[in-house]
Amino acid sequence: MGRRLAGLFHGRPRLQAGTLLAAPLGWLVIGYLGSLVVLLISSFWLLGELSGHIEGTTLEHFDRIYTEGVYRAISLRTIGVAAAVTVTDALLAFPIAFYMAKFARPRLKSVMVVAVLMPLWSAYLVKVYAWRTILSEDGALNWVLNPLGLHGPDYGLFAVYLVMSYIWLPYMIIPIYAGLERIPDTLLSASSDLGAPPGHTFRRVVMPLAFPAIVAGSIFTFSLTLGDFITPELVGGSTQFIGSVVYDNFASNLPLAAAFTTVPILVMTIYLLTARRLGAFEHL
Amino acid sequence: MQSASKRDVRWSWAIVGALVAFMAAFAAGCGSDDDSSGSSDEAQQEIGKTEDELNLVIWAGYAEDGSYDPKVDWVTDFEKETGCEVNTKVGNTSDEMVQLIEQGGYDGVSASGDASGRLYAAGDVQPVNTDLVPNYADITDALKDQPYNTFDGVNYGIPNDRGWNVLAYNTDEVKPPPKSWDAVFPGDDYSGKVTAYDAPIYIADAAMYLRDHEPDLGITDPYELTQEQFDAAIDLLKDQNANIGEYWSDYTKEIQAFSNGDIVIGTAWPYQALLLQGENEPVAFNEVPDEGATGWSDTWMLTEDAEHPNCWYEWVNHATSPEAQAKVAVWFGAAPANLKACGLTGELDPAYFGTADHCDTYHADDEKFWGQIEFWRTPVSDCGEGREDEECVTFDDWIQGWTEVKG
Amino acid sequence: MRLSARQHFLLRLSAFGVLAFIYIPLLIIGIEAFNEARTLTWPPPAFTTEWFQRAFENTGARDAFLYSLRTAAIATTIALFLGSLAALGVSRFRFFGREAVSFLVILPIALPGIVTGIALNSTFTKVLGLDLGLLTLVIAHATFCIVVVYNNVIARLRRLSTSFEEASADLGATPWQTARWVTLPNMRTALVAGALLAFALSFDEIIVTVFTIGVGEETLPQWLLNNFSRPQQLPIVNAVAVIVILLSIIPVYLAHRLTREEGSAAAPRGGGAVAAAEATAAP
Repeated sequence: MGRRLAGLFHGRPRLQAGTLLAAPLGWLVIGYLGSLVVLLISSFWLLGELSGHIEGTTLEHFDRIYTEGVYRAISLRTIGVAAAVTVTDALLAFPIAFYMAKFARPRLKSVMVVAVLMPLWSAYLVKVYAWRTILSEDGALNWVLNPLGLHGPDYGLFAVYLVMSYIWLPYMIIPIYAGLERIPDTLLSASSDLGAPPGHTFRRVVMPLAFPAIVAGSIFTFSLTLGDFITPELVGGSTQFIGSVVYDNFASNLPLAAAFTTVPILVMTIYLLTARRLGAFEHL
Repeated sequence: MQSASKRDVRWSWAIVGALVAFMAAFAAGCGSDDDSSGSSDEAQQEIGKTEDELNLVIWAGYAEDGSYDPKVDWVTDFEKETGCEVNTKVGNTSDEMVQLIEQGGYDGVSASGDASGRLYAAGDVQPVNTDLVPNYADITDALKDQPYNTFDGVNYGIPNDRGWNVLAYNTDEVKPPPKSWDAVFPGDDYSGKVTAYDAPIYIADAAMYLRDHEPDLGITDPYELTQEQFDAAIDLLKDQNANIGEYWSDYTKEIQAFSNGDIVIGTAWPYQALLLQGENEPVAFNEVPDEGATGWSDTWMLTEDAEHPNCWYEWVNHATSPEAQAKVAVWFGAAPANLKACGLTGELDPAYFGTADHCDTYHADDEKFWGQIEFWRTPVSDCGEGREDEECVTFDDWIQGWTEVKG
Repeated sequence: MRLSARQHFLLRLSAFGVLAFIYIPLLIIGIEAFNEARTLTWPPPAFTTEWFQRAFENTGARDAFLYSLRTAAIATTIALFLGSLAALGVSRFRFFGREAVSFLVILPIALPGIVTGIALNSTFTKVLGLDLGLLTLVIAHATFCIVVVYNNVIARLRRLSTSFEEASADLGATPWQTARWVTLPNMRTALVAGALLAFALSFDEIIVTVFTIGVGEETLPQWLLNNFSRPQQLPIVNAVAVIVILLSIIPVYLAHRLTREEGSAAAPRGGGAVAAAEATAAP
C-alpha cells in the first residue's frame, strides 16, 4: 500500500509539494487571507442607525478615514511614532548588537544573547504595566527626578513612544546581531590592514552589510507600533492611535474600524515590499 | 530559485480572485440575514427547571460574589439556592455592553437607558414576563413602564436601580469643595489632572453644562441636540481635552489614578469614590452640582438567544429582593428599585459601609430630585415633542464627535 | 576591527547601558512583587512573600494559567504540523509562488495583531456564525505560531543536505520511510525549538486573544490586563507577572541551546533562533 502510494508520487514533484502544502496553505489562504478579505468587505457596510444591522453598502467610512482631519491626524501620529520608535531602536540596538557580534568573548556573547532573548518573550503586558507604574505620579521615575526638580513624562504621546521603544528593542537587537555575525571577521581585518581607520571601515563595510538586517528588525518595530492599542491605553493618557480607535469602534461601528485597519495594512504592505527589495527577507 | 513563469503568476491571481469572490459571496450572504428590528416573540409563561449556569454582562459591582471582599457577596447564596452558577463580564460603557451582547453567548445584561433602546432595536433582547418575578410588585412605580425599559407597550426588563454621575475630587488638592461643573469645564485650574468618562454619552454632560451657561444656544434636552448645539458641546469638550490627564472607562483605572495622584477631579460613579474612601483615600463627591447631573437607570434585560432563561428569571427575582437590593444599592452607591431595601441598609455587614439613611441620601423615593437628573438615553434624529421642525444629531455622530474630541 | 581603547570602552558602555535599560523595569516589577504596601508605593517600605503565596492560591489566576497552557499546547501542536509541512514543501520543491509562501507565512506576524484579531473575529462571528470559544482561540493562535515553526524548520532543512534523502530513496525506501527515518530525526531539534518558541508566543499573546476568546474565559495575560488596576489584586498581579517572566525563561533558554548546537558555536545563523525569536513579535 505504501509502495503503491509511493509510486503515485514518484516523479511527480508537483503532487508531492501539493500534498505537503495543501494543509498549511489552505489554512493560511482560506483561513487567514480569507478573513482579511472579510474584514475588507465589512468596511463597505452601511449600518442602520439604531439597530446596527447591515442595510447596504457605502464608501462613507473610507471617506471619513482618509479625509477627515482627526483620523488623518491619528494616522500620521501613529505612523510618526512608529518611525520614531524604529529609528530609536535601531540606534539603541546597534551598539549592543555590534558588541555582541564582534567584540564579546564567546561565553559573554552567549550570556548576552540569552539575556536579550529572555525579556523578548516575557509578557509584553508586564512590561507595559511596569512602565505605567514607573511613570505614574508616585512612581519610580518621579521618585528619582523630583529631588532634582524635574518631573517625568506624563501619560501621553511621549510616554507611548518611550514605552514602545523599550518593548520592541530586543526585536531589533536580534536581527542586527545575526546580520553582523555574518560579516566575516576577515573582511574587517582586511579593511583595516588596507589602512582604513575604524570609522571608515564602519561606514563603508559594516553599515552596508548590516543595513538589510536593520530593515528586517524594523519590520517588527514598525508593524507592532502601528496596531498596538494596549500601550496607548495604559500609558497614553488621552492620546488616540490607530489601534485605540479601531478597538473603540470595533464595538459599535465595525465598518469604520475595518476601514481604519486598511491604513496599517497598506503601510505594512508597502513596507514589506520595500524591505524585500532591500534584501531584508534574507535576515528573517 | 526559479522565478515564476508568467502563466504561473496568472494562475495564482486567478486563485486569489476566486477566493475573494467566494468570501465576498459568503460575507454578503451571511451578513444580512439577521432579524428585523424589534423582537416579536412572546415572553415565556412560566419558569421551568433552572439550567446550571447564567452568563451576565453587568456594570461593575452589580453582582459581587465575594472575590473582592469575602463579606461582600450576594451571588453565592443565589448559586447555592438555585444551582445556577453565575458568570459575569463587566462592561465599562453602554457601548461595550451592546457589543458584548451582539457577540453572543450571554443570557442577560444590566442595561442603562442608552443601551436598552439599541438592544431592543437590534432585536437582541426579548420581552419579559413580569409576573414571573414576584419582587416586581415591590418595585417603585417610578421605574416601571418607562421609555427605557418598555417598548411598544411591552416590558423588556426588570428595573434594578437608578443613580447619577457625580463630581469626585481629591479633598487635599481641590479646595474649596466644588459646587459647579465649571471645575472641569474646561478645568484649567487642574490642568493635566482632570478626568472624564470615556464614552460618547459624556457629550450630554457638556451639553447640560452649556444649557445653563450659554442659554443662547437654547439647549433643552442634552440628548437631543441640533447641529449647532452639538458643535458647541464638542468645542467645550475639546477645550477640556487639553486639561484631561486620562479618560476613564474602566472604573478600576479611575480608582488607581485617584489614589496615585494622577487625577484630582472629574466625573465618577459613587462606586469609585466609595471604594476609595473605604481605602482611606482623601476623596469626596459633590451631591449634584449647580447645573445638574446626568444619570442612569439600569434594567435587567434578557437576551434573545439566552440559553439559560430560567436561571435569569430566578436571578432577577433574587437581585430585586430587599436584601440583595440593599446590598447593591449600598455597595455601588445608587437608589434601589425595591424600596423595601431601605429598611435594611443600616443592618448590613460593616464591610458594606451601609448606613440606615442610605435611601434618603440617594433620594430613593424623591421623584422631585430625579426630575433634575438627565437619564442616559440614545440620541436619535427625532428631537422629540414640540421640536418637529428641528433635526437632531444621531448617536453615530456622537461617536464620531467623541473621536474628534479626543483628537 | 581594531578600535582605540576609548572607542572600545564607549562601545562596551553603550552595550551594557542598553542591557541595563532593558532589565531595570523588570527588576522594578520584581521588587514591587515583594512590596508589603498594598498600594505599591515606591520605594517599598517593607518586604514580604505573601503575594506569591496568594498568587498560587488565587483561583482566577490559576484558571487563567491553565487555560493559557491548554490553548498554547493545542495551538503549538497544530502549528508544528502545519509549519513543518510548509517548510518541507518549500525547501524540497520548486514551484510557482514559492517566495509567496514565505511571505504568506510571515503575514500573520507582520501585520499588526489588531488587524488579525478583528479579521478573524469578523469571520468567526459574522461569516461562520461560530460562538467564540477555545476553538476560535486556538485557530487564531495557531495561525501566527505557524511562522515560528516554519522558520526554525526551514532553516534546518536548508542546512540539511538532500543527499541523505536521495540515498535513502535510492536504497529503496518509500517517501514515508525516508521521512520517518531520515528527515524527521534530523529535524527533531528544530521542531522542538520551534515548538518551544511557539508555545511561549501563544502563552504571551494578548491582542489577538482579546478578539477571539470565548465568553467567560481568560488567558493569563488577559487576567493580568483585567486585574492590574483592581486595588485588591494589584500586588498579586505583580507576583504573577514575576512568575510569568521566570516561566518564560525556560523555553527560551532551551530553544536557544537547541538551535545553537549545530553550526558554529558562535551564533545561530540566519533562520533558527534568530528568525524565530524576532518572528515572535507577540502582541
